[in-house]
Parts: sequence; structure tokens; C-alpha cells
Amino acid sequence: MNNNRREFLKTLGLTGIGLSIGLDGFSKNASLKKLSPATVALEINPFIIIENTGKITLVNSRPDMGQGSTQAVPSLLAEELEVSLDQVSIIQSDGRSKYGSQQSGGSSSVRGLWMPLRKAGAAAKEMLIKAAAEKWGVNAADCYAEAGKIYLKGTQKSLTYGEVADLASTYEVPKNPKLKDPKDFKILGKFNKRLDVPDRVTGKAVYGIDAEIPGMVFAKVVHSPRIHDSIASIDDAAARKVVGVLDVIKIERAMPHTKVDAVAVIAQNQWAALKGAKALNINWKSESSKYLNQNTSEYFEAAYAAAKKPGIRAEEKGDFDANFETATQKLEAVYETPFLAHAAIEAENATVHIKDDGSVEVWAPIQGPDGALSQVAQYLGVSEEKVKINVTLLGGSFGRKAYMDFLNEACDIARKIKKPVKVLWTKEDDITQGPYRPAMLSRLQGVIDNGRGTAFHHQAIGESIAGQVFNGLRPNTADDWLSGELSQENNEYGFGINKVSYSRVKTSIPVVWWRSVYASNFGWGQECFIDEMAHEAKKDPLEFRLSLLKNAPRFTNVLNLLAEKADYKTPLEAGKARGIAVFRSFDSISAACVFVSKTDSGIKIDKVISVIDCGMYVNPDNVKAQTEGNIVMGIQAATKGGIIFENNQCVQSNYHDYNILRNSEIPKMEIHVVENYEKPGGVGEPGLPPIAPALGNAIFNLTGKRERKLPLVL
Amino acid sequence: MPVYNLNINNKVHKITAEADMPLVWAIRDLANLKGTKFGCGIAQCGACTVHLDGQPIRSCQMPLSAISKKAKITTIEGISEPTLHAVQQAWIEEQVPQCGYCQSGQIMSAVALLKTNKNPNDEEILAAMEGNLCRCGTYQRINKAIKNASKML
Repeated sequence: MNNNRREFLKTLGLTGIGLSIGLDGFSKNASLKKLSPATVALEINPFIIIENTGKITLVNSRPDMGQGSTQAVPSLLAEELEVSLDQVSIIQSDGRSKYGSQQSGGSSSVRGLWMPLRKAGAAAKEMLIKAAAEKWGVNAADCYAEAGKIYLKGTQKSLTYGEVADLASTYEVPKNPKLKDPKDFKILGKFNKRLDVPDRVTGKAVYGIDAEIPGMVFAKVVHSPRIHDSIASIDDAAARKVVGVLDVIKIERAMPHTKVDAVAVIAQNQWAALKGAKALNINWKSESSKYLNQNTSEYFEAAYAAAKKPGIRAEEKGDFDANFETATQKLEAVYETPFLAHAAIEAENATVHIKDDGSVEVWAPIQGPDGALSQVAQYLGVSEEKVKINVTLLGGSFGRKAYMDFLNEACDIARKIKKPVKVLWTKEDDITQGPYRPAMLSRLQGVIDNGRGTAFHHQAIGESIAGQVFNGLRPNTADDWLSGELSQENNEYGFGINKVSYSRVKTSIPVVWWRSVYASNFGWGQECFIDEMAHEAKKDPLEFRLSLLKNAPRFTNVLNLLAEKADYKTPLEAGKARGIAVFRSFDSISAACVFVSKTDSGIKIDKVISVIDCGMYVNPDNVKAQTEGNIVMGIQAATKGGIIFENNQCVQSNYHDYNILRNSEIPKMEIHVVENYEKPGGVGEPGLPPIAPALGNAIFNLTGKRERKLPLVL
Repeated sequence: MPVYNLNINNKVHKITAEADMPLVWAIRDLANLKGTKFGCGIAQCGACTVHLDGQPIRSCQMPLSAISKKAKITTIEGISEPTLHAVQQAWIEEQVPQCGYCQSGQIMSAVALLKTNKNPNDEEILAAMEGNLCRCGTYQRINKAIKNASKML
């Protein structure tokens, strides 16, 4: 269904680890571990540790950047283990391979770990029950587990998990433990307060920026304004005079695909480092041979030129071009989305300590400790055994902190100054240096026959993340990472003739994933153009979609629920309008209805109703929270300025000129979550793609003017 | 280097720092109170909001030299003695935070608002909270939590 995850794993060379989590442990005996002289712990698999003191520790393998994995991932274990989360300690995994893929990204945590971690919990529970039964001399079938204890049916007898952990550890781990019927779930699918919230409202939560270790110094890295330039000379006389500045050194910013020069100001405190950096005078040598479409105007010019030529075919049913050529009722349009910065409030940072024995310890807000482990080992030329990764909470990320150039910088500085160091980027670094969501075009062509849509072509145009970041796209190949989302299998629009193609437009502006990745770009074109086709066919956009989706029951259910909640059939008063859109990404279907009205100062977004079908989920309130966040970020992406490069450098620099939504700018929001027993889909991202097109369609319905270029001017 | 006796959360911290050091760095790095966050550094995001004599200020723009000797500084760590502040309770009840990074600042702005206006209307809430950015998009819950907190006070 969705190629993102597979492609991602393949690209990073992690194939084969992802889904073997926990399962690996089932083929082996559980292991007993000495934690302290008095404490023995049963490690049934890497995710569950039961100490004979009664302490239960569950491992969250997916870093929490606000998407709720601290609750969601351990809930999968706890449900089958029969413990509640307030009975256990939760720790973050450290990147070791025994935890499998640990990358938070691609909305993959729950959908990827749903079965493996439930099995891990269920296997542990079976072993604990067996141990209790042996102690009591009864059949395991006469025992049951509940809230961290094993009970003997029909009696008051019970044993805690800790009391039977030693014995349980002598058993083989069952390979196919019995899983609960989802109808019997006590945690999954139920509202439970997130237990990490109290720390997040009292200032106790520890983010990367809060890391502090003895002897640590602070660094501010000064980056090339034109990203790729080299240093001709550094005048650091004034910087060195700043009180607290210890050193100024030349370092490198090692991005996944290229290395560039940078300068680090090392100081006794963060303020001195920032002040020292301002006092630096660096003579940057222009590396113009490295600039490729490094001005947004050049990039878009190249992209619009590519839109006039055929792309590389990704998939095709029927002969689209021949059909389009001879069709009498047809339409064509090009849609545009800009580069965007992630602009999380916590900027990129990392703390690295290279110790005297050559071992390395890292504290950082990163999306993938496993990726960080191999990256740090490789970068510093040490074995992975010598590297310890401590993942902190992430103060927002949205894809950015999966790109760990800032971690390499901290490593480079630590090895050069031979002291533990914290590198903290500023908002200016974050906004001006990228990587960004790539700007993309969608060229769309459609054929109408007898009031029905019969043929459809989506040509995706722009830079490939796999191609630029991982050098993982062969020439003349469609990037299936992005074309997969546009495939008919994914959108289920029943066009008899359907084509997806791709044209790569290279740029040296760094790009990477941004919340919902390419779906955030292509939802805009696809769903506005479907409305254009509906109008051409003289059909209502909802009816037009439903007729194309009649063999796609989950889509029609989502759209019908949206129509009901939005009171779609009732006309709105003059000066008001609504628009809809639907998009599947990360195995979840989300639809939105945006309500707009004309005011003296322009168009106002009054309300957004979103429906999400993400299959089974962990916490309905978190699904709603994520979808609210996606509405807010989706409106920002649709209405605020995109990142512009002029003179080969970023024009914007901070929140004053790269605007994210403020409190007064949000519409009323209403979220509806579809209840079913389908396989879990993503939650953190799928709510975003339909927002921009639903708004674009609402504006057309309000004004009669079709906008095809983001950002919209309201 | 100048020495400042900063009253933070009713405790005096002896801070030796340059006069132009913004308060946020003194609080975080020298008084070691990490609940106050550094965001944009230009008073655009409000992540560093603390109270100076009860007034919400952006501590990234407040040099130590500008703080009077008698000033009382309150940070997120200072509002929950002995129990959680009503605003914090309301934040938990509404499950406001996602990443939570901006929430110290949001809460300090909300606490300051409710100190002077026990029952703010929608417009007053927006006006008070306009300077606090949240990239996760938790605003709707923030506004609801403020209303709920006002009922608790």
C-alpha cells in the first residue's frame, strides 16, 4: 500500500530489522540479568524487564517529538502483559539493534509495532502464568493475569509478576502466544491520560537543550549563508575578546550527502558563544559550482519547464496519452507548493562527550537512536559498542531531527577540543540552513466523459529526497517514495485510465522529510484538481468523488461521515462557502471540510472539520490532538509564505518573517475518528494533506477563482 | 564580572555574569532552572516567558543589567508550590501539550493573565496568548484550558 517505510529502510540500509522486533526474542530463552547484587531481572525480550523486586520496565523504542509515542508504544506491550502504564517505568531505547528500527517517522510507530510488541507482551504473560501455575501445582489454564499479578481462578490466591519472574525466566519464550481479541482491550483504543504530560507542564521534562554534563562547554556554530561555501579566512580577534569565549575553530557541517565548512565558537556558557559568533568576521569563498537551482526562482523555472515535458512513468493503467489526445472534454492544470521549514520551537542541538577511553556518549533530541548510533560510530571511526546514545525528548521535529547534521557537528567539535560540548543552533540557523520540505509541482490532466471522470494523470515534479539526501535514486527512475502515494492503489479513485509520472528537478537547496512528506505537496494538486474535474463534469465535488470511490468502502465511509458532520447538504448563507478534500497517507485516510467566509479584510477560515480513519488506534484523544496539530500546520503551509532563496541564500531568518500560525489565527476545529477494527494506520501525519486542498476548494466555492499556487493570499 | 543577586522563585541566586547576558541564559545555565526554554531569541515565540514582578516578560530580551535589585522573578518551577497551579491542572485535564516545549511559556502567560483577569473572554485570552507560538498546534486546547482554569481559581 505504502512504499514510504520500505523505501526509507532500504535507503538507510536497515532492511530486515524493522519487523523482527521482539520476534527475535521468541526463539531464545529469556535471559536473567544481574542489575544489582540484590536484584535479578528477567528480560523476556528487550522490551520488557521484570525485576524480582516487582519493578516492571517497558521500553519505548520510538523517540517522542510530541506525537505521543511515550504512551502509544508501551501501551502495546502493557495491553497484552496485563499491566497498566502507571504500574511500570518507561525508558527510551538506546539505538542498539535488539530494539529493531527505532526511527520515529513515516507515522510508523504504532502501525509498525502493533503486532510485534503485542506478541512480546503476550509471550511474557504466558510465561508468568506458567510459572505461577507451577508454583501452585495447578494447570496454567486455571490461572489468569491482571494488573501485574497472576490469580488462581476461584480463589483469593495471587502472585506478583516479580514473585514468579525468576521461575518464568527458565522457560522457552513461546513463539506464537495467544493475543487478545481487540474487543477485550482495556488500554488500546481507550482514552487514557498521557503520563508524560505532568512533566511537560511543570518544566521537568528534559529536552535536548537541557542536557548538562560535568565539564561541558557550549558551542555556537556559524554556517555558510549560501550553504555550500568554503572559508577563505576567519577574523576571530573580536570574538576571542568576548568574556567567556574559550576558542574559535574551523569545523565541518557533515550533512548526509555533502560536507561544508563551518566555524564553531566555544564558550563557557551559551550566551558567550552566541555573542562570540556575532563578533566573528568570516570571509566566505563562494562555491558557485556547487549551486544548482539554488534560487527558488531558478528552481521553479526548471520545474515549470519540466511540466511541459513528459515525466518518467511510475505506473499506468491503459494508454493515458492516447486517451487524452482524442478526448473531447478534458482539462489540465499545474499546481505549486513551496519549500517549507520545519521551524520547531526547540532548535537543533546535541551534546557529545568523547571520553578518555575512546567511548562516546551522546544526548540529543533525535528521531532515530539507531540511526544516530551508526552515524556517530561511523563519523568518529569507533565501533558501535563504544557509543551510547541517550535520546531526550524532542521539542518538536516534524522530520527535521531525523537529519542529524547537528549531531555530526557536536562530534566534530568534541573531538577537536577534547571536551564534552553542547551545540545549540539558533532559530536563524534552523530557518536559513535547511533542510526543507522540497517545493514541488503537480501537473494534472483529466478526461471527463458523460459527466464521469474517466482518465487521470498526475505528474509529480521536483527534487527527490531519496535522490538528494541518500543519493539513492538512479537516473531516469521514478522515485517510488513519492509516486507510491499517488498510485491508484493508494488513492483508490476508480479512473479506468490512470497514470502517475515523475520528473526530477535537482536543487542544491537541502531537502528532507517534512510532516507527511510528499503527501503535503501532492494532496494540494490532486484534490483541487478532482474538484476542477467535478465542476467540469457539472457534478457536486462530493458526489463526483463518491462515484469514483464506489469500490473503496473506507474512503466512502470517511467522506459520508464528513458530509454528515459538516451538514454538507444544507446550503450556506451568502458570503460563506466550504470545500472538501480526502487523502490517504501512511495507511490512514483523512478528509477535511474547510468553512470560509468573506470579510472586509479578506477571507476568513471559520472552521475545519476533519475525519480520520486510522484503523485501530491507541488513544482516541491523541488521534484528535495530532489531527488538530495537522490542521494548524496544514493551514500554515497553505497560507503563510514559503521559504525563498535569493542570491543563493535563504531570505527568511526567524519567526518574524517565517510565520507559523499564532493563537488568534486558528479556526474552530472538530475531529471525528472512525471506529473500526482495521489494521492500525499512521496518526501523526495523515491529517495534514487534505487541509490545503479543502481550503483551496472552499475559496473557489466562495470566490469562483481557482487558486493553484501556495501559499494562498487570504 | 558583575555579580547579581537574583530572586528567582523566592530564592536568591548569586549570578556572576556579563551585564548584557539575557535573563533566559542566567536562569537556564547559571541558576540551572531548565524549565524556561530558549526559542527564537528575538521575542517572537514566547518560549522563554517568565514573570518579572508578576508581569510576563520575554527573558531572551531582558539583560541582567536591566533587572532591578528588588525584582522578583518567577519561572515555571515557581508556580506550583505546594501543589500544581490551577492552570497546570487544567493543562493536564485538557491534555494540552504535545511536544510540550513551548508550554512553560504558554503557562506563564496564562497564569499572568488570570492574575489580573479572573474571568477572561475569548478576545482577552487571544490577546494575552498571541505572543506564544506553538508549532504542534495546541492552541484550541490552550484556550479551553485557560477557561477551565479560570473556573477553578
